[in-house]
Parts: sequence; C-alpha cells; structure tokens
Amino acid sequence: MNATALLFMGPAALLVILFFFVPVVITLGLSLTDAATATGLSNWKWIGLDNYDQIARGSFTMLIIRNTIFYVLVTLAFNVVVGLGIALLSTHVEAKAGGFFRALWLLPRISPSAVYAIMWVWAAAAPPFGIMNDVLSPVGVAPRDWLNTDPWVIVILVNGFVGASLGMLVFTSAINSIPEDLFRAARVDGASAWQIVRRITLPLIRWPVLFVLVYQTMSLMASYEYILLTTNGGPGLYTTEVWSLWAFHTALSNYYGNLEFGLGAAMAAGLVVIGLVVSFTMLRLFRFDELVSDPRVEIT
Amino acid sequence: MTGTTLPAPRAPFRPQTLIPYAVLVLATLPILVLYVWLTYSSFFPRIEGFRPVGPFTLENWRFLWDPGSVDQLRNKPAIIPLTINTFLFAISTSVVVVLISSMAGYALSRLPFPGRRMFLGGVLLLHSFPSVTLLIATFIVLRQLGLYDRLLGVILVKAAFELPFGVWIMKGFFDTVPWELEMAALVDGASRLRTWWRIVMPLVKPGLLALGILTFVQGWNEFILPFVFMPSGSQQTLSTFVRAILGEGRFVDYGLLTAVGLYYVAPVLVLFVVAQDQLMRVYAGGVKG
Repeated sequence: MNATALLFMGPAALLVILFFFVPVVITLGLSLTDAATATGLSNWKWIGLDNYDQIARGSFTMLIIRNTIFYVLVTLAFNVVVGLGIALLSTHVEAKAGGFFRALWLLPRISPSAVYAIMWVWAAAAPPFGIMNDVLSPVGVAPRDWLNTDPWVIVILVNGFVGASLGMLVFTSAINSIPEDLFRAARVDGASAWQIVRRITLPLIRWPVLFVLVYQTMSLMASYEYILLTTNGGPGLYTTEVWSLWAFHTALSNYYGNLEFGLGAAMAAGLVVIGLVVSFTMLRLFRFDELVSDPRVEIT
Repeated sequence: MTGTTLPAPRAPFRPQTLIPYAVLVLATLPILVLYVWLTYSSFFPRIEGFRPVGPFTLENWRFLWDPGSVDQLRNKPAIIPLTINTFLFAISTSVVVVLISSMAGYALSRLPFPGRRMFLGGVLLLHSFPSVTLLIATFIVLRQLGLYDRLLGVILVKAAFELPFGVWIMKGFFDTVPWELEMAALVDGASRLRTWWRIVMPLVKPGLLALGILTFVQGWNEFILPFVFMPSGSQQTLSTFVRAILGEGRFVDYGLLTAVGLYYVAPVLVLFVVAQDQLMRVYAGGVKG
C-alpha cells in the first residue's frame, strides 16, 4: 500500500481493527476462559469449552432459546408486513401525503431509545394511568398492567413500530424505481389495485424483501436495547429474556455483582459467528461485484 | 392544483380513493398519539388515561430551574452538565465519523491500492454486521487502553460502530463528483491531501452535512454505550439519566419523566423537521436495496 493511500485509510483502518477485528478475536478467546469479576482481568485461566458446556446444560437455556425464536419471528412478521403495507399505501396516495406518513413512521427510529421506551412504558401503565387501557377497554379488553401481565405484547409493539421503518424505506425506494409505464399499462387493461400489487409490484421487489428479511432477522437476534429499556427481561425470572440480552446480563450488567465475561462471551460468540456468516452471505447474494468498479483517477 | 394543469382529466371522485388514506391514518395513529401524549403529559400534574387531573402547570419542568426541589433527582447529576456532556459526545462522534469517513471514502473512490476491494468488502460486511454483539469484548479493549469510564472511549467506540455506514455513504458521494477538476489540480502538482481538502471536499458539502447531522442524532440518542462504558455519574448522558429515573421502580413520577423525555427529544425533532430532506436521503442511501 502506498503512502498516500495509507494516510487516507489509516484512521479508519485503526478504528476498524481496534473495535471490530480485535473484539471478534477477543470474544472467541474470552469464551474459552473463566474471566469474571471474581478473577479480575489478570487471574483468569483457560477452561476449554466449559462455558459452552455450561450453556448447553443450563436450566434456562431452552426457555431463552424459545423466547428468542418467538421474539424474532413475531417482530419480524410485524416489521415486514407493516413496512410493506406502509410502503405500498404511501406510494399509492399523493406523493406529499405519502412522504408525510413516512416521516411520521421514522419518528421512533430517530428518537432516543430511552425516550421512545418511556412513551410505551407510560402508555402501558396500570389503570388509571396508561392510555392503552383507555383505547382497548371499549373493544372489550380488560384493563391491566400490561408490562406485568402481557410483557410480550409491549416488547413486540415497541420493537415492531421502530423496525417497520427499515422495510418501509427499502420497499419505498424499490417501488419508486419500478417504471411508471408498467402500472399505467396494467390500469389501462383494467387491473384492480390488488392485482397490480400482486402481479407487478410484489414480484419486482422480491429482492429487497429478501434483503430486509435476512438483515432484520439478524439484527433482531442481536438487538436487546428496547427490551432492556422496557421489561429488562422480566417480569420475574427470564420471562422476556432473549439470547443477546442474556449475554449482556451475564457479562456486563447483573444484580449478583459477579460479571462473568467468559461465559457471556461464549453466549455472544454464537451471535458473532451468525452475524459474520449472514453478513458475508448477503455480500455475495446482493451482488457486491457490481458495486466496486475500479477508481478512475489514477495519478499518484 | 387546478384541473387545467393536469396532463389528464381528473377521475371522478370515488369514495374508495379515501380508503388508503384511512388505513394510513389508522396505522400511524399509535405513533402520533405517543408523541402528542408525551408532550401533553409534561404540562399537567397528573394524567389518567387521556384525562388530565388538575390545571395546566409548568411544575414538571422545574428540573430545569429548581432541580433541588425534585425528590427523584437527589443524588443525580445536574441537567445542564448532562446536556453539555450529551452534546459533546454527539458532536465529537459526528466530527470524527465525518472526517475519517470522508478520508477513507475518498481513498476508496479514487485511489488504486492493494487491498482496496477487500477493504470495500469489509466495510459492507461490517455495515450489516450487528456490532452490539461485540460489546463484551469492546469492554475489555477499553479497559486495556485505559479508556474505560471516559467520554473519549465511548466516542471512539460509537465512531467505530458508525464508521462502516459513513465510509460507504461518503464513497457514494465522492463517486458522483466529476474528476476533471481534481485531475487538473493534480497535474499542476498539488498534493493528494491538499487536492482532497481544498477541491473535492467543498464539492461534497451536502453529503458531509447530511452524514454529520445523522451521526450527531445517533450520538445524541445513544443509550447502550454510555450506559455500559461510562458507569460513573459525572460523565453520564441524558439517555442514562432518563433510564435511571425510569428504572427506579413502580412509583415513577411520570410528569417529571415525560418533561425530561420531551426536553431530551426536542432537539432531535427540530433537526428532523429542519433537515428532513437530507436525513431521508442518507437513510434511504444507507440501507442497501
């Protein structure tokens, strides 16, 4: 690498090495040790695959796997269906109005997660406070303290309303890039709105849909920020605890005071490997080669 | 719009054309209600469902001018230093990301060097990689570097996590700049660095601004990183402060909480209204389709 390129790439390369490459190696290495608050960062020792063994035999492991699968699948369905619905509707109505609705859907994504979480916790509060009860009791849902009685409903809604905007943005730009002639021709032929969606729009945006499905499955598996801020895995023991939050609680934040870095790293290692494999597959799948043509200015 | 300017005669009004609007309004209502209600709650002593109990008041906002009188804020850092901390964190993250991304983005757009393809692939890979899974190891790295529990450490981690997105976006902006101008400068003997800074950077100002605003907002909003990597009180940010009030159990003063929340989210909402076009453009470009 020549000096100029090194100068321009150096700072970025340094940050990527320090905070991506090194942590990946550390995660895998740490997962083979017993490092914890109790051992400190100097008195730990290698313990082979004991951490993985402990996870495999853990009495809560199956519960947490079930929670994670439930959380990822239901949130994903909400995100993709709602995101697709908003994209289809907002491109169907007047452009200005469509843009306005899309901007509103972006609000949860651009708001601080802590504030967005407050709004849901407050809305879900027990009678007489929360508005969810006000809205739902006229349709026959008994008033309740949602975070305690139905924590999953809140977890799914909180994540669903944030996540839907990703699909909305991707699908909107995909729909807008479909030539207008196709729609016009279909209308002239007397196709109904549903037929146009079913026969033209959906087949033409199947790649973006696939992209969002894969990308969002992976990021839902890794994400726990909104769960942490609303139920924090509760109420009670591990009711809404998912895998990534479990790793976080084990290694970085728990009430027992002993942070088990090694064990937590073993839990995170699975997610890191899945993340790398899926990201790499997406790179192949979504035609990386076309994106990296060679630069044109070649004077050095 | 008048009928005469339309290319085709307008279709006769049919009630079905309103259905998409109705569905959109209905689906969007929860979001709208949440934000309106946040605002509303902060100006009443107590709210039960949609009904305020008691008269309009600024009582909930006294954390701004008389924090000593708010029970829940005892033993918590004062709001103004917290705001300054949050702002410093956001603006530094933004500057670091914009500067480093535009250097790397320029190199990837213009310079042929060994490993370029690999680096581009790496940037895209990291862009979709869920970096939050690396938190435990990042904790170890910060401890080893002596940057744990310091604002600088959190800024560097946040900047690194935003970097793949920034580099990719900036490369895209540089790709659209015609290269004749910089070719002329280079032929005249100007250095690469000087050409980049004096000639090319001014041409991508809209891109720099858009990326800068977006990373500022991301930094302003960040919760997990300060929460985990800056545990001691003096350097907290607004997000960890809000979480500390929220996490105090069942007897939360929601009047106070909504006022603090609104105070915290207001700058973002203003930025969003002012710079919506830029933000939308980067958001749409940032998600690969």
